[in-house]
Amino acid sequence: MEKKDIPQDPSGLDDFTTDICYATDESGKYTTVQSRGWEVKATALDVTWQDIDNRLIKAIDDVKSGKASPILFYMEKKIMDIGIVASYTGYWKWQVKRHLKPNCFNKLSDNKLQKYAKLFEVNINELKNPIFNAD
Amino acid sequence: MQINFEHIQSAHCENGVTSNLLRHEGFSKITEPLAFGIGSGLFFIYIPFIKVNNGPAISYRTMPGLIFKRTCKSLGIDVIRKKFSSPDEAQTFLDDCLKSGQPVGCQVGVYFLTYFPKEYRFHFNAHNIVVFGKEDDNYLISDPVMETPTTLSTYELQRVRFAKGMLAPKGQLYYPKIKTEVTDEQIRYAITKGIQRNVRDMLHIPGGIAGISGIKYTARKITKWRDKLGVKGAGIYLAQLVRMQEEIGTGGGGFRFIYAAFLQQSYQFHPKEELLKISEQFTKSGDLWRSSAVQAAGIFKGRITSQQDFNDMSNFLMEVAEIEKNAFKALSKINWR
Repeated sequence: MEKKDIPQDPSGLDDFTTDICYATDESGKYTTVQSRGWEVKATALDVTWQDIDNRLIKAIDDVKSGKASPILFYMEKKIMDIGIVASYTGYWKWQVKRHLKPNCFNKLSDNKLQKYAKLFEVNINELKNPIFNAD
Repeated sequence: MQINFEHIQSAHCENGVTSNLLRHEGFSKITEPLAFGIGSGLFFIYIPFIKVNNGPAISYRTMPGLIFKRTCKSLGIDVIRKKFSSPDEAQTFLDDCLKSGQPVGCQVGVYFLTYFPKEYRFHFNAHNIVVFGKEDDNYLISDPVMETPTTLSTYELQRVRFAKGMLAPKGQLYYPKIKTEVTDEQIRYAITKGIQRNVRDMLHIPGGIAGISGIKYTARKITKWRDKLGVKGAGIYLAQLVRMQEEIGTGGGGFRFIYAAFLQQSYQFHPKEELLKISEQFTKSGDLWRSSAVQAAGIFKGRITSQQDFNDMSNFLMEVAEIEKNAFKALSKINWR
């Protein structure tokens, strides 16, 4: 890529930092250029976040309709997966999978719930009765 | 306390940490591209059956931690590296280093990194920063991808050092110790070593998911994504591919441009015309990766969605694979004497 072709499109990095790109100058020698961003990758990031939002909306539906426990909502909200939740809480993955079922979740002791509450930065009451918001 | 540490922004975090820490040791010849090349940073892998952020697990670079380790080792520089099970111990060790005037590299998770924009904060645990001082409750941080140095509170730093999940950092910190002066002869050796190891990684890893065969494997997979995942699902997968390839930290074109710069800079140590010729090949490959990203964007924007468009996307990768195969073969044939 040549220096003059480095895109300078608006991106989520604005106000935070710039991206260093490697490109060639007029004589073909490599140099670095600061770039604001590139529309192609900004769109890629948007697509990824749309997917995250859709998953969260579906999680809210599942929790409201009793198909899943509130853990699913918080897990999607914090863009985690079962593996990440398991490693932070210290539970096994199969335990987290069980706790995603409302029946099992409702029987959990406060001690056990506390580990989730800590991870999701809420209290136990909020963990049991989440306020559904998408942001 | 504050150590006099020069912050130079770089494209990729680990290269930047490596070259900035070495410069602090008084050894300033290792630029970002040299650190990347000597550490054999260029790679490609598609790990099937596991998912990252609900997308494919793809990487354009070598395993985190290896660039620093290999670069120092080939240059004959000692590496001090520590992992901790206790956060308190990790903090004490860090504080002691800073007190003795030693800036240290730390592996951290990105999700809780407060100075990053929210859209970029995923659960990715292989980010690298340098800690170079402490003022009251704030640690002074040189994050190579940021334009200027920044800070993290004790709590914030502990949290990112002990992020959990894949590649958990476990409070890991590291720094180089130079015993004897590094000669140009040693740099020449390190460059050949780095290139030869990269040839091995890209051409000779068996299994078909890594190196050139990994690129071809991905190309074949892409042709099936439309039927398997639907146009939308395939778009999300392609978006992940593009992000891993072009996002901040790659220098563009999936690290290929940094590698091309490395070969150019190597020429100053090994005056061999082949290096400049092969560097051009990597520029071409990086450009093609970028064209493939434009094609992918057409798909995930929903502008082009036919099977033929996916086949075209796949062909870009096949073409890249061919170019990089020839480039690495040419590198393997250079007579270094």
